[in-house]
Amino acid sequence: MSSIRFLVNGAPAEVEVPGMRRLLDVLREELGLTGTKEGCGEGECGACSVLLDGQVVDSCLVPMAQVDGRIVRTVEGLTLAVRERGALDTLQETFLEYGAAQCGICTPGMLMAARAYLDAGGSPDHELIREAIAGNLCRCTGYQKIVEAIAAVAAGDRE
Amino acid sequence: MTIRTMPRPAVAPARSAPDALVLPSGSTVPGRAAGYPLRREGPAKLTGAAKYTDDLVFPGAWYGITIRSTEPRARLIGIELDPDVDWSGVVVVTAADIPGENIVSSIKDDQPVLVPVGGEIRHHAEPVALLAAPDQATIRRLRIHIRLLTERLPAVFDPEQSDHVFAQYEIGSGDLEAGFAAADVVLEGEYRVGHQEQLYIENNAMIAVPFEDGGMAVHGSLQCPYYVHKAMQKALGLSSSQARVVQAETGGGFGGKEDYPSILALHAALLAMKCGRPVRMIYDRHEDLAATTKRHPAIIRHRTGIKADGTLVAQDIEVVMDGGAYCTLTPVVLSRGALHSGGPYRCPNVRIRARATRTNTPPNGAFRGFGAPQVEFAAETHLNRLAERLGLSPAEIRRRNAYEPGDVTPTGQVLRESVAAQDVLRLAVEASEFERVRSATVGAARERRGSGSVPAGPLRSESARTASGIGLALGWHGAGFTGSGENHIGSVASVELTGDGRIRVLIGSTEMGQGTNTIFPLMVSGELGLAADAIDMAPVDTALVPDSGPTVASRTAMVVGGLCINAARRLRAEVEARNEGRPFAEVYQDDAARHGPTRIDQRFEPYPGIDFDDKTYRGDAYPAFGWAACVVMLDVDLDTGEVAVREVVAVDDVGRVLHPILCEGQVEGGTLQAIGYATIEEIKLDDGRYLNDRLATYLIPTALDAPAMTTILVEAPFSGAPHGAKGVGELPMDVGAPAVVAAIHDALGVWITELPATPERILAALEAARSAAAGAA
Repeated sequence: MSSIRFLVNGAPAEVEVPGMRRLLDVLREELGLTGTKEGCGEGECGACSVLLDGQVVDSCLVPMAQVDGRIVRTVEGLTLAVRERGALDTLQETFLEYGAAQCGICTPGMLMAARAYLDAGGSPDHELIREAIAGNLCRCTGYQKIVEAIAAVAAGDRE
Repeated sequence: MTIRTMPRPAVAPARSAPDALVLPSGSTVPGRAAGYPLRREGPAKLTGAAKYTDDLVFPGAWYGITIRSTEPRARLIGIELDPDVDWSGVVVVTAADIPGENIVSSIKDDQPVLVPVGGEIRHHAEPVALLAAPDQATIRRLRIHIRLLTERLPAVFDPEQSDHVFAQYEIGSGDLEAGFAAADVVLEGEYRVGHQEQLYIENNAMIAVPFEDGGMAVHGSLQCPYYVHKAMQKALGLSSSQARVVQAETGGGFGGKEDYPSILALHAALLAMKCGRPVRMIYDRHEDLAATTKRHPAIIRHRTGIKADGTLVAQDIEVVMDGGAYCTLTPVVLSRGALHSGGPYRCPNVRIRARATRTNTPPNGAFRGFGAPQVEFAAETHLNRLAERLGLSPAEIRRRNAYEPGDVTPTGQVLRESVAAQDVLRLAVEASEFERVRSATVGAARERRGSGSVPAGPLRSESARTASGIGLALGWHGAGFTGSGENHIGSVASVELTGDGRIRVLIGSTEMGQGTNTIFPLMVSGELGLAADAIDMAPVDTALVPDSGPTVASRTAMVVGGLCINAARRLRAEVEARNEGRPFAEVYQDDAARHGPTRIDQRFEPYPGIDFDDKTYRGDAYPAFGWAACVVMLDVDLDTGEVAVREVVAVDDVGRVLHPILCEGQVEGGTLQAIGYATIEEIKLDDGRYLNDRLATYLIPTALDAPAMTTILVEAPFSGAPHGAKGVGELPMDVGAPAVVAAIHDALGVWITELPATPERILAALEAARSAAAGAA
């Protein structure tokens, strides 16, 4: 057991867990942040994607020992900036309008991959967007509406 | 996106087609689908607030796992718990603990909940025992100390070698011999397809919660709450009211959560009964891939007679499906496969023989398309080979044979109305500029051949490392259940004006991403003159909602939607009648305050004029058909044989588009699943075990593998449904794979007759073509 301190969605967190416990489990079980999903547990599907210091990572592959002192952002943190007005952020709203979420299980991870792409100044180019979300599997949408939604946000159509 | 509304059928239908559904305005989708409501549970899904099964918290819950067989067929001699290990503080369940019948309720009731000692293990990964403990570390520590004592028995893996037939059908029309005698060309072909995994991103998951009165609730990821409810009564010996099934948010199903949740619910419930606490059974991906149902592999043989002008005169078709170790839904999958096996084409002389047999692999089950994608791949590829033989364009041979209103199917069904085969074909050919693109790809192929070959491949030239191709497929999909299935189950859907003045829809149909929660308020509100957000959806809980039948067969919008529209009409009439005929929207809240709740239960009544004989397989196999065309443009790497699908035009006739964004989403998602089926999705077996039972080895398309898609929705309404809808879920799944294979042929000149068209198969086909050419020269 070791004591690990980190920032999650802007708030400080401290957990007493084995260093090899998965970030995914700590988020879901210790912190009750169940928006982050497990799809495969081996880094193939991207359903558990979160941002670690702004980089998109599969939280099922991240041991807690690597999280000490770092900044974690999950789907629950996307609405931080707009929490006071109780709304979705632009990316979420655009996903909703474009029909980019169907069953919704890949959606939190997909949003985090998209967020990282957009935060890095990603362009509306469809091929670049497809590259950016290639680590996030979706079985419902055929990706078309996801790509269109991210492109619309990147183009500033929705800002 | 384009929506085209087709004119009324040329042959006058017995009944008039319905008027367009009145959709409410003022809802919140902006842009191109303005006026339609947003996905109802969308905000919850987008913020992470939606509760899927694994997100539900039940204090004190234990964790449960399944001990599975490691052989494809064996006698179970005993189950041994290591005597040196402390088993106190955990529970182990075997078949001896089952209070009711050791049967997973389904069509044939041949599958045990757990293999009993002395019984027969029939497939790898078959459930034999269950273990629950307060924490996962204990589970991991103990599971390896449960040993199965078995005696290996010979196993069968080839469905054609099996002597146990689950189901067989023969369908015939006309005079087959006379048909072949009149043909100018007779062509034979054999086509094979393998397993396909549904690969919903949320694995199967179930939590059982016992009640002090002996009752049991299960909360899970599932499509068909009343299938699970029935299974619980049979195996657990519970009464109807003691068994309760609650659907959690469901992360995709595609058929994979149609029948499988029954056995999983029983496992969780048996453990919960024994330990007296809630028990969580959340599969990981490996277990889900290794143990749950897949699309049926099939072997399809065609012998077809055709006139020189391209008119089909005889089809002799044999379909063999591999059912796996237990019957599950195989008879109905096979039935749909048999009925769709000729493709959407007029042919006067037809014989279809179909059978499904038992093998020693995990049971195969429902997957979007339900038997049709297998046979339509074969039918379309075979028709393309006939077109090639006759020197006809793939579009032209389809124009000459595709069903038109008034035509008769092999079961004797007269296609009276809602027949849009020619329309979807024309729109797909036009939108993709099929003939223009094809003349370019054919010209390029001719040049490549003229440029001589290099060692890497017969078509590779110094200048061309890839070859482009375009392919077309046309398909049909029977709307709703096959035959008299709908009459047998007699679904019920309810619309209620509650005592506090809300409108509530009560249905057992589930939301699994396809949009049930959004389209039902839309349909009902349109009838009542209200906004969609004035309509509530009751939670899917068997303690609350009626049995609306399973959420399968693309029947929810068409059948259950039709019931809700009729219920809403009755509710409106009843409320308006006791309020001096004033509009429902004005009076319903006062009416609720004065009269209390009013609930209308609407039971399915057979569609008038639709009649099918399940024994002879004659008559109206489906109340109507949906029609689809797909054009695929792709590149094949001539060195590696890899296929990259670039663009797709999908044209689907769904009867009535209820919500353009959701409907288009169904077409796009189904099309990509079909492309995966055609190109990369394959299960490898060794001694009855799935070898690639992890997501690292079973591949599905990523965003980079997915083409740009153009969807055209067509509306040729079905008059039996009040809104004209025929369903959309499965339709696009039927046409994607044959279009891919046709495009590969257009690029390379070789036919791939076994799915998926992997690089290995493509290179082997090229090599075979080169050897044949060398032999001829």
